[in-house]
Amino acid sequence: MTATSLFETWATILTVAGTAVAGDVLTAGAMRSLGDLDHIRARSGMIGAIRAVTGSPMFLLGVCSMAASFFSLLFTLSNVDLSLAAPASASLTFIGNAFAAKLFLKERVDSRRWMAAIFVCAGVVLLAH
Amino acid sequence: MKHHLNPQQWLILLAVMLTASIGDSLLAYGMAQVGPVSTAHLGLLLHALSNLWVILGILCLLGFFASYLTALSWADLTFVLPSTAFGYVVVAFISRFWLHEHISPYRWLGILLIVCGVGFVANGPARTEHATHPGVEVDPLA
Repeated sequence: MTATSLFETWATILTVAGTAVAGDVLTAGAMRSLGDLDHIRARSGMIGAIRAVTGSPMFLLGVCSMAASFFSLLFTLSNVDLSLAAPASASLTFIGNAFAAKLFLKERVDSRRWMAAIFVCAGVVLLAH
Repeated sequence: MKHHLNPQQWLILLAVMLTASIGDSLLAYGMAQVGPVSTAHLGLLLHALSNLWVILGILCLLGFFASYLTALSWADLTFVLPSTAFGYVVVAFISRFWLHEHISPYRWLGILLIVCGVGFVANGPARTEHATHPGVEVDPLA
């Protein structure tokens, strides 16, 4: 593999993971700012809950990021082997989410959650074998 | 802020784990019946929507998204995500016992690591307490 193709491979994988992390963090932030959906459903019914969720610009931005991640994964799979692209992007997404949740959502990512992210990340890589 | 989940919330997390993996498996089973789709025959994708297994798979994935969003409304992202990863374990068991696929020792080890990872977060609090606001209004991008 040449240096250029190696760069392209990892650039596309990082794009998949980056947009997936953005999607997860934006939807999580949107859901947190909306509050407990069970309460909203009890108060306004299912239609009210759907309206509350889909009316959130942050949620819509998150869905757009998820869509971008999906299409960039398709693009990546057209150039990179599935056995590398799928576990690499999934693992990077798990670790990236832990950092992003701490940074943007101010979640308390303690040693237990770091261990969970690392274990799941390693597990995903092994599942691809 | 809720730190510990009630039985209904555990059920929603269980739905997050099961619906994603079962939905993916149903889609895979249905698409295997539909056959390979090439860029020259994208119309086959519309035909796939008439396959019962594909329809059931899509319904399962819609259920996944609804339960995932519900879980995110009362739990941290770093709590919910390992739970979704548990779906990989469910897929592996479905592959082994329903589709009769071979699971290599590497995959069993991967499954074990994911189970351990989920176990780490399952014993901890579901949500971070933010001292500045006792409610649920938090702007993550502020």
